[in-house]
Amino acid sequence: MKENSVLEMRNIYKSFPGVRALQAVDFTLCEGEIHALMGENGAGKSTLIKVLTGVYEKDEGEIFLKGLDNAAVIRSPQDAQNLGISTVYQEITLCPNLTVAENMYIGREKGLGQNWKKINEGADKILKSLDIPARATQQLSSCSIAIQQMVAIARAVDTDCKVLILDEPTSSLDEQEVAKLFGLMRDLRAKGVGIIFVTHFLDQVYEVCDKITVLRDGKLVGEFEIKDLPRVKLVAKMLGKELDDEAQIKDESQVYVADEAIPPVIEAEGLQSNAGIKPFNFNIRKGEVNGFTGLLGSGRSECVRAIFGADKVIAGTVKKNGKPIKINKPLDAMKAGIAYLPEDRKADGIVGDLSVRDNIILAAQVLKGFFKPFSKAQANKLADEYIKLLEIKTASADTPIKSLSGGNQQKVILARWLLTHPEYLILDEPTRGIDIGTKIEIQKLVLKLASEGMSVTFISSEMDEMLRTCSRLIVMRDRKQVGELSGEDLSQSKVMDTIAGGDVE
Amino acid sequence: MGGNKKKKPITDTTLLLTITIVVFFLMYIGAMVFQGGGFLKAQTFFNILNTNAALIITACGLSLVMITGSIDISVGGVVALVSMCCAVYLDYLGGNVFVSILIALGIGLAFGLVQGFLVAYLDIQPFIVTLAGMFFARGMTTIVHTNPFNVQNKAFVALKDTRVVVPGMGSINRIGKYVDAYVEIGVIVALLVVVLMFVMLRWTKLGRSFYAVGGNKQSALMLGINVKRTRFLAQLFSGVLAGLAGYVYFLHVGSGAPSHASGMEMNAIASSIIGGTLLTGGVGNIIGTLFGVLSLSTIQNIVASAGLDQAWWTGITIAAMLCLFLVVQSIVMARKKKAA
Amino acid sequence: MQTKETNKFNISNFASKLAGRQILIPIAALLLLAVFNLIADPSFYKISLDVNSAGDQVLSGYLITILDYGSELAILAIGMTLVTAASGGQDISVGATIAIAGSVILRVLCGSNSRPDELQAPIIVAFLVACVAGMLCGAFNGILVAGFKIQPMVATLILFTAGRSIAAWINNNELPVISDKGFTYFGGFIPGIPVPTPFFIALGCIIIMALVLKFTTLGLYVQSVGINENSSRLNGLNPAFIKFITFVILGICVAVAALIKVSRISSINYSVIAKDIEMDAILAVALGGNALGGGKFNMGASILGAYVIQFLATTLYKFNVKSDAISAYKAIVVIILVVISAPVVREKFKAFTVKMKTKKEVG
Repeated sequence: MKENSVLEMRNIYKSFPGVRALQAVDFTLCEGEIHALMGENGAGKSTLIKVLTGVYEKDEGEIFLKGLDNAAVIRSPQDAQNLGISTVYQEITLCPNLTVAENMYIGREKGLGQNWKKINEGADKILKSLDIPARATQQLSSCSIAIQQMVAIARAVDTDCKVLILDEPTSSLDEQEVAKLFGLMRDLRAKGVGIIFVTHFLDQVYEVCDKITVLRDGKLVGEFEIKDLPRVKLVAKMLGKELDDEAQIKDESQVYVADEAIPPVIEAEGLQSNAGIKPFNFNIRKGEVNGFTGLLGSGRSECVRAIFGADKVIAGTVKKNGKPIKINKPLDAMKAGIAYLPEDRKADGIVGDLSVRDNIILAAQVLKGFFKPFSKAQANKLADEYIKLLEIKTASADTPIKSLSGGNQQKVILARWLLTHPEYLILDEPTRGIDIGTKIEIQKLVLKLASEGMSVTFISSEMDEMLRTCSRLIVMRDRKQVGELSGEDLSQSKVMDTIAGGDVE
Repeated sequence: MGGNKKKKPITDTTLLLTITIVVFFLMYIGAMVFQGGGFLKAQTFFNILNTNAALIITACGLSLVMITGSIDISVGGVVALVSMCCAVYLDYLGGNVFVSILIALGIGLAFGLVQGFLVAYLDIQPFIVTLAGMFFARGMTTIVHTNPFNVQNKAFVALKDTRVVVPGMGSINRIGKYVDAYVEIGVIVALLVVVLMFVMLRWTKLGRSFYAVGGNKQSALMLGINVKRTRFLAQLFSGVLAGLAGYVYFLHVGSGAPSHASGMEMNAIASSIIGGTLLTGGVGNIIGTLFGVLSLSTIQNIVASAGLDQAWWTGITIAAMLCLFLVVQSIVMARKKKAA
Repeated sequence: MQTKETNKFNISNFASKLAGRQILIPIAALLLLAVFNLIADPSFYKISLDVNSAGDQVLSGYLITILDYGSELAILAIGMTLVTAASGGQDISVGATIAIAGSVILRVLCGSNSRPDELQAPIIVAFLVACVAGMLCGAFNGILVAGFKIQPMVATLILFTAGRSIAAWINNNELPVISDKGFTYFGGFIPGIPVPTPFFIALGCIIIMALVLKFTTLGLYVQSVGINENSSRLNGLNPAFIKFITFVILGICVAVAALIKVSRISSINYSVIAKDIEMDAILAVALGGNALGGGKFNMGASILGAYVIQFLATTLYKFNVKSDAISAYKAIVVIILVVISAPVVREKFKAFTVKMKTKKEVG
């Protein structure tokens, strides 16, 4: 090990059925540094972290920690904790049924008993020192998501740790909370703690980090000092040389001109759902591609879910081709010719154990009706047709969808909705966590569908994708519509400014 | 913030517990006012305890497994098997009382170990595992001995008839004589179990990890809890408690029979649910379970003394109560979720 | 040489394909039992034509017993499979609801008199009323499960506790006895037909179910809801309604089984009728290789599973195992089955074989 490093991971391999998540990845963390771990979705960041924290067992490789002579054995999160590695995960991993204090202390004290007084006092002290507006004795589920995240951070910070891992901790925090967190990170750095920071926000990386390690497709791209790697280069490293490939898409796309004479295909006014978004207006015309943009949790998904009736709509009207329609549930939307590819492919998209064929025909079958099942021959024909059309890589139409790779699963869901021949297609994060080749295919497909007259709403966390495919962007912030950009205004900086709440508008 | 001086925020566990206790007292006071008679005597209450000591113990075990999000429906069968084995051992094999207690605990331990291993380490659904456990226990009971019989062993009968006098709670009987109120030994054991379980769940790390695992297995794992071991222990405890309950039951009835404790698992589950334990896991309280058993048996007593003597009313009232509590819980929890 | 290689490859391929087939589990269990009986005592398979108490020529023998008593279980397994697939839980109230439906049949047939000389209503009317009662019970369970989101096992615990009491209450706790001979046909034999009627009733139910699965999308919807509720909802399905429907269908199955049950003895014993049958029905589903956590199902395998359970029970009876003790053997079968099919065990086994293979290669 190097002299001042606290953690060295060498030659780490990890694969899942059908996916090679990590291949020969090295990672070194020094004392008193904040080290950004960067990469696109699916690059292997989360896997690397889960290997380090014992959630996954690595297939190969070694992990060295300061103060240990031999390679560390980390088989469970408990082991990791005992070795001084604490973690804040992207999704909240606390128990909602326990109190705040318990969540901060459980699983890491010695001894048999539970001294409530000590725990509650200790917890209150930490909460106070971090300015977290929660009480020790409060049940965790009664706190907001942001506060729950802060509690998770408080737990990690309080542990006497050598390595602190922050896996996208800021996605549910507001600006002030982020600033607070950064202050905390700097304090810990001064104390000699090594911090691994995973985030999607480039600004944050350049604000607090010392070093950057970039992963791509499960492989190590390199480790860089922050001053040696300007933003543009970082993005290039993250995306790889495929950059040129993506640039071509734009050339193929035609400039969309709205025909104001025809009423929009779908028009929503003052729409509001019970998912906590402010009323918003929306319209889309035939052949148009537009998008909702904003940070994670800004309400972009909730907007499209409201249009599709996936969340309970509590106010507002929707018109189709100028005529008012009522959408109370997804089936109403489907009958109106709307299709929705959900954000969370695993939880809301695929029906895991069913075959690719059944997954493809599902929505069309529901539209066709209970007493009119597709015959086996029909179903096979349709499935084969779309497997070919979208180049879905599957052993056969009988293969359960869960054994396909992420990208191919997404194509199956896409096929499902294309089979319903929608007039209006909503794609919520269709490119998340899938390989770059499929990403480009999907973007091309969107533009092709639009040129054939379909209206598409495209949502992506990746700004470039949105800029390449959409002719109009609706910007969301804090669950509110804050702007609409089109034409000349569609530039990275302008969109960023609007998202951040600058004075553009 | 100074949040400490404010009223303690209410947790799910406390909320459901409060509902149960209030319902129990309303019911008992109602019975005293409208039916009077027996319900005014302390002994009536103690008799409820005497008859249900074993149920209290099994219900404690079930609350524990339910808190971890699991279930154990083998307990009734284990109670029957324990009674039968001990009866056969005492009367046919001339065994002594002390060893019979060890046999009871040993049977419970064996069920707990096997079921715990299958549930926690092989990750098989607890319902199906303990269903098989129940089948097995019931079948073994008849294999051990088919016909019901009363145990004659002297030392055992002496132990069975031991009564613990509760001072100051006696009453005057029909011929004007003062009769002391009493409880059986089983009740002392049951109350001891309640206290120990309460302390364990509230003040030990292990106790809290049961709640954590029931709340969210994945999170509990990330928080550094050994989820498998915790689930194993829950199932193990339930098995041992079922063994103990078997002996307490045996001590109360003094006989072995294949039909003993039939449906006890369902009564225990019902008691836990009425006591505010959620089957989804993570929420529950042993004191609530105690009150659950008391509510359940009080309502049976009320039905019996109201002259609705037919057996079917018991089933219907218990079911109605269970239904009421389930629906109330479901609504309360849904409301809370919405508010948060 | 070349052809031999491909041949071998094909066979192993075929074997692995077959091993993945769900229906193989009950078939294997059936074969095991059949071979055991063949070795232990071939007279097990003897079927003879006897004259029964009613004076009809009927077939008798152990196999006929299996067909007879396995049928009511098979009927329940149909409904239980759907409930399991859609809701990921089981209905433990079927035994108690059979008591209710059976009691309703007798009540309608007897009218106010508990021992009528002639039927007070046509049997078909009594059966239809029982169907309504069964569907109501199913609907009650369904509402608790789908509407109030209570776990199926707990929700059905209510009727499990109250069912037999309600059944007794329907007939004022009297024990009605039917003297009509026609009523005994459903649980016994139709004159002139030597095969027990329950088998034909089960066959009818199976055919109806097969038609329903073929000509509606019920199967796809049920599986989809059982596997991923969120995703089903976003595809326009109403998961709550589909779960509800499966409970109602189970209610109909319960009514059919109740008809057979009460017809067998022309009367009812509230506390004994269909006792523990819910456990057997669940076991049939499990034996059919269906995941008790819901999702994909194989109806044929469940039905076969039901007959296998009866096969096991009959085998044990033959070897003079007391009826109460049979449950211990069933328990052992269940445990062996679930341990073998547990994913954890399978993974370990796979890892083990791979290890052995590599060792062999290295060696």
